[in-house]
Amino acid sequence: MSSDLKQELKEKIIEQLNLEDVTAAEIADNDPLFGDGLGLDSIDALELIVMLDKDYGIKLADPKEGRKIFESIATMAAYISANKA
Amino acid sequence: MKEVFVNSIGSVSVQKTFDTSGFLDDLVDYEGTSVKAVDPNYKDFIPPAAARRMAKGIKMSAVSSQNALKEAGLENVDAIIVGTGLGCLGESEKFVRDLLDNDEQYLTPTRFIQSSHNTVAGSIALDMGCKGYNFTYVHSNISFESSLWDAKLQLQNNEAENILVGAVDELVEHHVTTHQFIDHIKKEPVSMKQVLRSGTKGIVFGEGSHFFVMSNQKQASTYSKLIGMGIYNTLANSEVSHTIMAFLEKNGLCKEDLDGVILGNNGDVDYDTIYHDLETSIFKDIPQYVYKHLSGEYDTASGFGFWMANKILKTGKVPELIRWNDIKVTQPKRLLLYNQYRGKNHSLVVLEKC
Amino acid sequence: MNQGVAITGMGLISAIGNNVADNFASLISGKTGISKVRRIKTVHEHEIMVGEVPLTNEELEKLLGLPPDSHSRTPLLGIMAANEALSQAGIHNISEYSTGLISGTTVGGMDKSEQYFYDFYESNVHWNHINSLHAGDSTQKIADAIGLSKSFVTTISTACSSAANAIMLGARMIKSGELDRVIVGGSDSLSKFTINGFKTLMILSDTYNTPFDENRKGLNLGEAAAFLVLESDAIVSKENKKVLAYVKGYGNANDAYHQTASSENGDGAVLAMEKALKVAGITPDEVDYINAHGTATPNNDLSEGRAILRVFKDKIPEFSSTKPFTGHTLAVAAGVEAVYSILSIQNNVIYPNLNFKTPMTEFNLVPETQLMNKEIKTVLSNSFGFGGNCSTLIFTKEA
Repeated sequence: MSSDLKQELKEKIIEQLNLEDVTAAEIADNDPLFGDGLGLDSIDALELIVMLDKDYGIKLADPKEGRKIFESIATMAAYISANKA
Repeated sequence: MKEVFVNSIGSVSVQKTFDTSGFLDDLVDYEGTSVKAVDPNYKDFIPPAAARRMAKGIKMSAVSSQNALKEAGLENVDAIIVGTGLGCLGESEKFVRDLLDNDEQYLTPTRFIQSSHNTVAGSIALDMGCKGYNFTYVHSNISFESSLWDAKLQLQNNEAENILVGAVDELVEHHVTTHQFIDHIKKEPVSMKQVLRSGTKGIVFGEGSHFFVMSNQKQASTYSKLIGMGIYNTLANSEVSHTIMAFLEKNGLCKEDLDGVILGNNGDVDYDTIYHDLETSIFKDIPQYVYKHLSGEYDTASGFGFWMANKILKTGKVPELIRWNDIKVTQPKRLLLYNQYRGKNHSLVVLEKC
Repeated sequence: MNQGVAITGMGLISAIGNNVADNFASLISGKTGISKVRRIKTVHEHEIMVGEVPLTNEELEKLLGLPPDSHSRTPLLGIMAANEALSQAGIHNISEYSTGLISGTTVGGMDKSEQYFYDFYESNVHWNHINSLHAGDSTQKIADAIGLSKSFVTTISTACSSAANAIMLGARMIKSGELDRVIVGGSDSLSKFTINGFKTLMILSDTYNTPFDENRKGLNLGEAAAFLVLESDAIVSKENKKVLAYVKGYGNANDAYHQTASSENGDGAVLAMEKALKVAGITPDEVDYINAHGTATPNNDLSEGRAILRVFKDKIPEFSSTKPFTGHTLAVAAGVEAVYSILSIQNNVIYPNLNFKTPMTEFNLVPETQLMNKEIKTVLSNSFGFGGNCSTLIFTKEA
């Protein structure tokens, strides 16, 4: 799987979610994005769903689907690679 | 009925009022048709994780509400009541723009959530863990006075002991431009010292956030006692002075009891005449003070007026730049605030030193 | 302290009727107002269902004798409901007593602001709407229409609990003697702004909303206006007024949990209900019917259900949500449901919770699904909103 995509996702997440004090280098591919990891919450999950749609053409109908996809940068990248339009 | 006190104040405004120690001694001049708030260092008040999703109105209010709580020596309150004309308008405006520009696609929730008028009161409650009474008033230039009125009712009836009462509005470009079309906001730039005598239509638009802890218990930090309030949606110009006199009488006062009136003059040639009529009649022999040249005009600019009245009563000082006539009183004890906007939503507030 | 405040008039316009009588007829015949969106052009038209008031702005303006394109939809709906409430209360001279108007809204004139957002720069044709984004502007237009001047007029915006708080403040103003009479409620029109806003939260159902059902998919937005006239006991006795019901209890609390979602156990909702019961001076077992907030979002119904269980324990009164009839009318939801609560008391009926099939797995709560006749003396009505705002009202037959 492309490490470019992972790097791109890190940068996009920082920008989209306004994570001013975080750098891409500080986010490890397998770090949890929610809860104890990056500390994202349910509103961030909705923001990420919009990002999937806008930037990768992937539509999620049910926000619950996001939980598994957004576990980490690695899971997100894998999902995008498999489902990209 | 219990008495109602203003126990602390907090402000972020066009002036450096976030610095709680001073009192308009280092004024920020401007030349424009709108003027932004002086930003405090928000990072001193808001953790980065929380700040990332905060609209300006929420950030300003985080600072002014925390300053008010700190001064009152409180970590929590029984109720939070906020007045705002347009809420976090910047986010609403961006959401509408995104909606129109992208044909209703790819919209994100954060802007929508922040555009809800009650987002400031909700955000403060969330931050403090305050599960008490939580209200947001959104009625143009009596949004703040409605909040005060509600707090007064609860404190008098002893339904609460400490209430955080606030007022906030943001400056947004689309709002300014469109309101310039209809002459509600000035088209030609003016400076702070000119604005109230500009002789042109419209106002200079500003922004700010003011919070106060109101209580039915007096304490060392107390600024003033709230004596009475009046709110009138409309008054014919000819009814204003009569209404004010009747209001004073209802509160057991006459105009000679006042050591000053704080007027809402905003430099709009069409509507300042309402104040001018009073300046030369019932308020002729009373010290007159003005403030909107310092704060800019916006729906909750009267929060700045209320902040200033409390500073005057506590410090006994009257900054030169707020004097509107030559009558002076040392150590003012009782002040009347009168405000209206475009001849509507008139409000009266009497504060007393204590 | 526990004396109720008299309600002497009510007015309502919603997706199921242009007046109170038509609303009641729809309620007892099980007729929903939910349909595909017709009046608003939106790219989401095939993905959502709404509760629209059938009348167009032009029709409303004609009915009210107002010039075309002079008002946004929120005040138009509001004037319809306020007129009906005043007429029922038999008020001809609004200045006769110290009278106030307290209205709740979330969007104000957003429908026109979004429509003309860029037009304002192109031409001056619609400049009359520039200042109507103010929530307070819509309330002032209602005040103008009913001839209310020199008075206490204000607007509350606490998201989906706004009208509950307007009714609460009005009752407090009467009790404390600040006003003799007050018109309270709210008005909210549908707009692209709200449709798209709720869409971003992914809580809009693409079909009929199903409150308290295991398979609920979210809410249907609606629009409405509703007003009540509250009057002091002095006016009621002096003018020998017919009292429809009483505002007996009210409670307001904040969930302080999340910007939009309700807490797992409904802490704010529990506090609001407990405060309302305390103000009313009654115990939970005296409640005959709960008109639930019941928006049919996964989060609300679970949180509210748990809160109801915490307050009412093992004796849950009959309950239902009327959102399947009207959609979620946002700021006005509590106003619409206040009128329904009063009609419930007057007619001794409980309305069906339409579209319910499967109980939720988390608890054993089953709403009423058929129209039910029962003596109703006391109704508790819940309304919760973003920002953690939770409000409960209690209406009673007797003071």
